Amino acid sequence: MSKINSESDWTLEIKPVSGWFNFHLKDVWRYRDLLFMFVRRDFVSVYKQTILGPFWFFLQPILTTITFTIVFGNIARIPTDGIPPILFYMSGIVCWGYFADCLTRTSSTFIANANIFGKVYFPRLVSPLSNIISLLMKFGIQMLLLIGFLIYFKLNGSEVNPNIYILLTPYLILLMAGLGLGFGIIVSSLTTKYRDLAFLVGFGVQLLMYATPVIYPLSAAPEKYRWIILANPMTAIIDTFRFAYLGAGTFNPGNLIYSSVFMLIVMAIGIVIFNRVEKTFMDTV
Amino acid sequence: MSEVIRVDGLSKLYRLGLVGSRTIAEDLNRLWARFTGKEDPYLKIGETNNRIVKGKTEFVWALNDINFQVNHGERFGIIGKNGAGKSTLLKILSRVASPTKGSVKVKGRVASLLEVGTGFHPELTGRDNIFLNGSILGMTQTEIKGKFDSIVDFSGVERYIDTPVKRYSSGMYVRLAFAVAAHLEPEILIVDEVLAVGDAEFQKKCLGKMHDVSENEGRTVLFVSHNLQAIKNLCQKTIILNNGELFASGATEETLNSYNELVRDIKIDSNTEVNNILNRRGNGNIRFSGIYVIDSLGKKRFQYELGESIRIKISYEVFKEMKGIRIIVALLSGLSRECLTVANFELTNKRIYPGSKGEIEVEFPDIYIKPGEYPLYFELIDSEFNSYSKDVLDDLTAPLVIKGGVNVRNTDFHPDIPSGFFAIPSRILVNEVMTHSVLNESA
Repeated sequence: MSKINSESDWTLEIKPVSGWFNFHLKDVWRYRDLLFMFVRRDFVSVYKQTILGPFWFFLQPILTTITFTIVFGNIARIPTDGIPPILFYMSGIVCWGYFADCLTRTSSTFIANANIFGKVYFPRLVSPLSNIISLLMKFGIQMLLLIGFLIYFKLNGSEVNPNIYILLTPYLILLMAGLGLGFGIIVSSLTTKYRDLAFLVGFGVQLLMYATPVIYPLSAAPEKYRWIILANPMTAIIDTFRFAYLGAGTFNPGNLIYSSVFMLIVMAIGIVIFNRVEKTFMDTV
Repeated sequence: MSEVIRVDGLSKLYRLGLVGSRTIAEDLNRLWARFTGKEDPYLKIGETNNRIVKGKTEFVWALNDINFQVNHGERFGIIGKNGAGKSTLLKILSRVASPTKGSVKVKGRVASLLEVGTGFHPELTGRDNIFLNGSILGMTQTEIKGKFDSIVDFSGVERYIDTPVKRYSSGMYVRLAFAVAAHLEPEILIVDEVLAVGDAEFQKKCLGKMHDVSENEGRTVLFVSHNLQAIKNLCQKTIILNNGELFASGATEETLNSYNELVRDIKIDSNTEVNNILNRRGNGNIRFSGIYVIDSLGKKRFQYELGESIRIKISYEVFKEMKGIRIIVALLSGLSRECLTVANFELTNKRIYPGSKGEIEVEFPDIYIKPGEYPLYFELIDSEFNSYSKDVLDDLTAPLVIKGGVNVRNTDFHPDIPSGFFAIPSRILVNEVMTHSVLNESA
């Protein structure tokens, strides 16, 4: 090991934070095992010491669907494009739920992990990435539930027409995950300095749901406000999802492309800010 | 020996107070400065970081222009008082925090045990946590699988390996955590005070492991501790940080000596006004007004040879009525600060009234202790040892330096053999040598 000291021999140089564009994406790849371990940890530990265990995954959307069906369907009488209300609400809830979970979980990355982050180095991006992957499990289980209901209603002769667009599902998931992650890490980066945002996220997500066609079809939205709803990148995703599985509503490729571009921009901004903050946050959090 | 770590002009600025490092207004200010090509306006006003003295600004340099190199396979100690910047330095080295100025260059993989058991999840079993913790520390699944048995072995908690770690005793928890960390096999291992936890046996095991890791496997170990004995035993080189600055660096023996000077904060010499000394304990009922170390001829000095007499001249003032006065003078160990010997005299047992003054001289005749440096401890207290009327001065005196002199080789304090602090009189009562002819034996 008596190599001659040449400057190029150094494997790592630690310098003051400079530049906005060194992402350590290579590092993230090197730590993929850690990503896997985090996901596994989430799987194993989420419902430890609960009586119902993974049944909570079913219970949540079912109870919400029933509530929505009663409140919005039976009391407020919001139309559902001729689809059985249960399917209509559940499809919206499952999608929105995944996005909202991604957003809220990743938005607390720095604060929730301050303890670990302060002790060892690993690419911080691993943490939010593991969140959106482990949330996928919940989403998957809820999808099964939805498909179960779908088959039941289909067999009973309801007007639902699943079609070839179902193949878009992975892409839709990618979009939701990307949006959730992008917004989430922007918020998490900013909350290290301005804690106010943490409060905003909780009810902001709730409010945002009403600007997304979760409890109403896009066609029922008044013309005056429709642009707001269309400007929401989640709109096209949920719309396409419903169109693919239930055959209701519209499929508008333009809107979906809009959502995709939106997702890419949010992700890019998110990663830039996140990488910037990950180096200084120990001093501020 | 090749360099594996080079620290160059490393500095870290922190801001004190309630808020984080910046407000929006400052952020904008900073952004503007950068935009117009000026220097960051907040970098200029940093102060030296001394936690005792109140500063003028809220910015402090937790580290200020630190330079040092660590060579391959070296065991490198870092010491300093609380708030000296040790942890900040380690955080930068382990990439948890980033520096404000300067750079660190590193060769090879760095693993830091800033705290063992980072990321342990209480609900997961020991087995799962080995994998989780291992990955957090940067091992791959295959690596962990390969070392799994030896990790379990080292930890000695095999029986509990499939039990959630929340059911572990805290000792078992630490053992498992350290076992994972000990199997990291990084080129550079950073260890921060992990020894403060486990029991004595475990501490020994850890120190041994660190020694092995560098001696047999050629790894570099950076070790931070307040345990000077451990540093002395383990590290070949040591640096001292003080108020964010590099105070000393070099071979451990030498730096430890200057550390002793440092922890005493204020040195007294013949010109020091005892009244100005800040770190004294007590309530002001009685106060030292002068302390001088003098030899038998009355000359002020701190260096003595074996067999000389040391006198300490002390004057005091009384500010509140108290019952009697006692003087306590103690010699402390330079390494552990333990009290080695005490001179404890009752000066009076009568009631003493405010305004009284006194002067005393204490003598340690024929001093005969192991050559070295001995901090002194002074205390004035009333006859009944009531802690509410006393004045204590410690950690502040210049060390009393005892030198062996020319004859040290003939004494119990021969420098080449282990020796205690004191030589209690001892003599040989029986000394018979059965002589044996060399010729007989070979026959």
